[in-house]
Formats: sequence, C-alpha cells, structure tokens
Amino acid sequence: MTETRCEVLIVGAGGAGCSAALHLALRGSRVVLLERGQVGGQASGVNYGGVRQQGRNPAELPIARKSREIWGRMKQLAGTEAEFTVTGHLKLARTDAEEADLIAYLDVARQHGLPLRMVGRNAIHVEYPWLGPKVVAGSFAPEDGSANPRLMAPALARAARDAGATIHERTEVVEYAHDGTLFHLRTLAGGTFSAPVLLNLAGFWGGRIAAAFGEAVPIVPLCPNMVVTEPVRYFIEPNLGVVGGNVYLRQIPRGNIIIGGGHGESDPGQPGDTPWSRPVPEVTMQAARLAIALVPALEGVQIIRTWSGIDGQMPDRIPVIGPSSTTPGLFHAFGFSGHGFQLGPAIGAIMSELVLDGRTDIPLEPFRITRFAPAA
Amino acid sequence: MKVAVVGAGPAGVRAVEVLLGAGIRPVWIDEAADGGGRIYQRPPAPLQRDPKALYGFEAARASDLHAALDAAKPRADWRPDTLVWNIHSGRKQLNTLNAGRQGVVEYDAAILCTGAMDRVVPVPGWTLPGVTTMGGAQIALKSQGCGIGRQVAFLGSGPLLWLVAYQYAKAGAQIAAVLDTTAFATKLAAAPGLLRGPATFAKGLYYVAWLRAHGIRIAEGVTPLAIEGTGDVTGITWRDAAGRTQCAACDAVGLGWGLKPEAQLADLAGIPFDFDALQHNWVPRRDAAGRSPVPGLYLAGDGSGIGGAEVAELAGARAAMALLQDAGHAVETAALDRRLAGLARFRAALEKAFPFPAHLAAGLPDDALFCRCEGLTAGELRATITGPTVAAPELNRAKAVSRAGMGRCQGRVCGPAAAEILAAKLGCTVAEVGRLRGQAPVKPIPLVATP
Repeated sequence: MTETRCEVLIVGAGGAGCSAALHLALRGSRVVLLERGQVGGQASGVNYGGVRQQGRNPAELPIARKSREIWGRMKQLAGTEAEFTVTGHLKLARTDAEEADLIAYLDVARQHGLPLRMVGRNAIHVEYPWLGPKVVAGSFAPEDGSANPRLMAPALARAARDAGATIHERTEVVEYAHDGTLFHLRTLAGGTFSAPVLLNLAGFWGGRIAAAFGEAVPIVPLCPNMVVTEPVRYFIEPNLGVVGGNVYLRQIPRGNIIIGGGHGESDPGQPGDTPWSRPVPEVTMQAARLAIALVPALEGVQIIRTWSGIDGQMPDRIPVIGPSSTTPGLFHAFGFSGHGFQLGPAIGAIMSELVLDGRTDIPLEPFRITRFAPAA
Repeated sequence: MKVAVVGAGPAGVRAVEVLLGAGIRPVWIDEAADGGGRIYQRPPAPLQRDPKALYGFEAARASDLHAALDAAKPRADWRPDTLVWNIHSGRKQLNTLNAGRQGVVEYDAAILCTGAMDRVVPVPGWTLPGVTTMGGAQIALKSQGCGIGRQVAFLGSGPLLWLVAYQYAKAGAQIAAVLDTTAFATKLAAAPGLLRGPATFAKGLYYVAWLRAHGIRIAEGVTPLAIEGTGDVTGITWRDAAGRTQCAACDAVGLGWGLKPEAQLADLAGIPFDFDALQHNWVPRRDAAGRSPVPGLYLAGDGSGIGGAEVAELAGARAAMALLQDAGHAVETAALDRRLAGLARFRAALEKAFPFPAHLAAGLPDDALFCRCEGLTAGELRATITGPTVAAPELNRAKAVSRAGMGRCQGRVCGPAAAEILAAKLGCTVAEVGRLRGQAPVKPIPLVATP
C-alpha cells in the first residue's frame, strides 16, 4: 500500500485537532487528520459545553482569553457558532471558605484582563431569586457562556475539510515511528501516512503517543458524569458552577437542563478495542442532590438521559502543551483534565503557530511535558 | 442464589413459575401495577369485565396466565409499580424507582422479560390529538373500557391491525376504514408458511372475514398520505393499490406496524445486538434457550425479539430452565425446545406476510415530523448529511447533530423511522446506519433531593 505523504499529520479529531487542521489548512498546509472513532466522539463531544474562563488555573488564562476571541467569531470560522451563547458564568460559594476562594480569584482575573464581578450575600438572592438558601455568594463572568459540544468539533472538521484538510474517521493509528526526518504512522487497516510534523492531540490516548516517543506521562482517564433533563420553563440564564466543582449546570433556551458532577466509569481499551464509558447511578443521584441544593426548583424535574466520555487527566490538572522533548517535529496538546472544551479552538491556533512560525505569544512553559518526574 | 425477573407479562410469569417450582424465590419487578403484560392487561378492580369480551379467542390463555400470575405473586418477592431504569451487569445490580424512591436490587442471575412496544411509521398528521398506536388503542379498550374515538380508522400492517379493528367493532365503535399497507399478494405468498400455525392463521382469517361481512371498508396495499385535521382528527387520506386517492372521515386513528423489542436494559447490560432482517428489528443476542452472552443474564419474550405471547410463555419458562441448568439443576427441555422451534418457523412466515414498510418511512416528505419530542422533520434529519458539520455516517452521530431521539422518548418511538430516513439518504442499508445506543435511564426518572 502506498504511503500518504503530507506536511502535517494530526492524530485526534477532537476540538483541538479539528481546530488545528482548520488553522493549518487556512494557511495552506497540506494536513491529514486521523481519528480512531468519529470526530468529537470523546471528551470534545460529550462534555458539558461550558465556555468558561473564570476559575481556571492562571496558567491557562492566556489560552482561554485567546480562545474566547475565537469563540466570538466561530460563525465566520466554522460556519456555525455551535449554539455558543454568552450567558455569563456564575460561580457559586456555599460556605465562607468558598466565598473567600471567589474573592481571592478576583485578583487573578484582574491580572489577565478577565471581567469578573462579585455578587455578594445580599445581592445574590435578589439577582437570582431561584437560587437555594445554601448559596452565600457568587462571582459572575459576563463574557463566559456555553455551546453545544456535539456540534463544535464536527463543525470545525467540516470547515477544515472545506479549507483543504483531509480527515479520516474510523482510522486508528497503531504504529508510530520517526526516521530522523519523517514520521511514519501505520493504521489498524494497514494504511501508512508520513509527514515531517506530527501533532499529538489525542486526549487521553495522547499519553500513549507520547509514550511511543519515549516520554511517558502520568495520565489517567477522566469521565464526566453527565445528565440532561426534560425541557422545562427557561429560567436559569447563566452557566452555573461552584467552588470545588462538584456540580455544574446550565439550561438551554429550549428548556433542557444539563447537569454534571462527579465521574463515571470507563475502559479506554487497548489498541483495536472500542473504548467505553458510562455514568454511575449513585454519582448521578449525588449530582441531582447537589443541583437541587443550588436550585431547589429542580426537584422532580425528570432526567431523560445520562452519558459520559473519556478525557485525560494530568496530576496537576493542566494539560501537556508544546514541543516534544525527544523528537523534533512532534508537538503535544493533550490531557486537558476535564476542561478543554473552551480551550480547543485556541489550541488549534497555537499548534498552527508552533508549526508554521516556530513560536507563539502564549506562554507554554507551565505545560511542558518534562514537568513530571520520570516514571519509576 | 439471588434471582431477579424483570417483567410480569407472559414470559415473566412463566419464568417465575419455573423458578418457584425449583425452590427459588425471585425478586419480581414490573413497571405496571399488575402483571399480565400489555397483551393480557387487566382492567383495574372496579372495571372488571368478562375475559371473553376482553381477550376474544385468547380468553382461555389469558385466564390461565392470570391464574399463574396470581398464584405466583405471594410466593415471589413481588414488586409492582417499579421501573428498572438501569442495570450494571458488572456489579450485578438493577437500579429501581418505586413511588419516587430509588432502590438497588442485587442479583446473581436475572431474566429480562421487558416486552415490546408498537412500531410506528410517521404519517403526515400523526401527531394530531386522536392518533394513537394500535397497542395503545387496544389497551384503552382492555384496561379502561373506552375507545380512542367514535369513528375510528386503523392504519398499519400485521395481525394486530385486524384484531384491534374487530375488537373496536365488537365494542360498538364505528370503523371508518381498515387500511393495510401490505398488499394482499404479499400475504398470500406467505400463506403456506402461515399454515404451520393453523390456529393463529385461522383466527386472523376470521377477523378479516368478520369485518368484511359487516361491511367495513377495507383496503390493502395502501400508501398513507395524511391524517387530516387542524386541532383534531377529521379524516384520513391514502392512495389505493390502483393509485387513486381515497379518503375517509374519522375522529381518531390507530396506527402501528408490528412491534419492536423494549430492549434498553439488555443494551445497558452490554449485550450485543444484531439486526434481524426478517423482523426488521435490532434484537439482543441470545441462544435458543435465552442465554445472553453476558454472564448471569437471560432474555425471554418479545423484549428479546418479537415472537408473540404464545412464544413468550414458552421462552420465559425455557430461560428460567436455562438459568437452573447453569446453576447445576437437571432440567428436561427437549419437548419445550421442539415447540419453540416450531413456533419460530411460523413466526418467520408471519414476518414475511407483514413486512415492515421501510419505504414509507424512507419516503416521508421533508416537511413531515418524525420526532415528536424534539419537533424534527424528516428534512432536518436528512440535512445532517450536508452540514454545517461533517456528514453523519450513522444514527448516533445524526442524533448528536440533529437531536433526533434526544427527547423524552429517547428514540423509542422515532428511532426506527429515523434509521430508515437516514439509510435512504445515505444510500446504505438500515443495518449499516446502526441503532440508537441505549442510555440510562430507560424511562425518565425524577431528580430527587433525598435518595
């Protein structure tokens, strides 16, 4: 079988991979994107859909700011805004300690130019009368919002394809090699691909690719436990989170309420397997209790569906982003630890800058792959 | 040994009977207040009616099953009004909901007898009040002693079409028309096979003959055009076998094209599914005795592939025997296996006689609703092929992009039609577009503050 040659090979068609394919193709690169399953089939497609900047690790804020700018022009970039709506994100405190946490973050936000407004004890129940008595304060990020994760990666993929990128779904890479100049990838079906540049944007499975190039990292699978209710009267406008993150919920204008909290279970599988993931009933029930504590009117609303998917989590809860320490031409961005959806569009742009310009304005030092102690 | 039986229809009753006979007292769960399943559903106490009037030719069989049900209830750990909304086959747990309260049932082995539901092909106007599934129309009559309308048209195919029309006529309803989408010739071609089940075949012929003898308007090989009305049903139009447009005034329509398994629990348990081309249904994998590939799980009745009530009774008993055999009991099954094999051959002929009208779903006009919960038209599903996202190559992706099957029914109603519409648009088989994956809960459950 003849080898398919291109300029940039990307593995993993989540939001980051599709965005990278799009940004590279728009700048004229010959790109091939390989995806084991379907575009946006795991973390990028099954997550909560939060387009949130507030509360992030400060190291991520420059990426989140850049990504928010791209979200703002998603319609022009991808042909659809993927239901991106600027509702604001309201992060809630349920104790004094949590309130102190919100206040402390105001300084972080200011340093990064992120608009953020504290909603104090008196104002919170006036502005949001549907919040339960356990809520003591909140901080409101007016630029944040949410989008439909099921649409975002497929829309970016469509735009990338229209811009000239080649996308192969149901194409699992089972062998990685580098001959000093070119990467050579072989797929389960026996296809071979080569390019001088390889982007590892493969989520949890990105850890396996890094390991194949001699830089294993301590990554574990992370499965959000997600719930959606029947549609009810629209009354929760902002995207809601809490300090500590044990529950988060949002309502879409058509009425359904999406609730996340806790983790499901999964098996990412060995090469050639189909990964699986699913919610855990007790976790679903716990998320329901926490959600009702935030918004008492949710009691009795019917759950119609639950789901999960697989993301990769790093020990310090921030991703690996940047060049390989072992192999020239290899760049990583994986292990988004459950909050990569908002970042995906910018990650693609940053990857295109690293590949084509050899640099990016975004500080990537905190995300270097060498930050973990070598595996014993 | 902890054994759970889910469902108390014909399969569940006979499964429990066999288990009790072997000294096993199962946890026995049914979503309804009483057992009997949909086919032998009994009216609530104040509405007692004569079994002959309720079940017709099946009265003796219904009475037998009810007797077995009533005898078994006090001997089993009987839990009516209880929804099993999730199964974890690794932990061997069922998640239940009863009177708003969550529960967990542990099992070493479980028999899933989860039954079936009507299979619907959308027809323009099918969401009007007054349009009901054939099974729903029958249950209204059996359980509540009322009809879905005064002047009722029945549209569909399969044995239930003629039976329900007959039952409505006997109950005093005016039958506006009985419209069969299967051509007479198709049924005739399957007649030799149908003779394998002579009693069932004769009953079918009797209903048709009775309806004809009473001057009821009957048309075969029809193409439904629309259920007419604004606000209420006022009539139904169709194209007859000769290509002429026909209409009948009516105030209600019962429709249905056979049944589909209610197999969500089997799906959540991780049992693989295969497309049964003859039934035109996805069915969970099991052997002839009802063993699934998942250890400790057995399947019986229409939930494991449509076979009808008579087969379900035998299959329920057989699955319980398989469970006992696997637990080391010596059980004689040769005679039962022969009867099941014979009935399977009759069933195959029945499916040939009443094929699912895939072309009707596939040909649904772009502006016709196929997904009631989400208010989606066939055109909106077809648009998942053309963007603004990468094309959906299979049903779950089409669901993600279009919301088809994302509403309260979770695709139980619209799933089969969605698969036909998508397959036709993609130019592939309905087996190739796949099926909507099961996601807990099996049916909606409330968010609750206390467990």
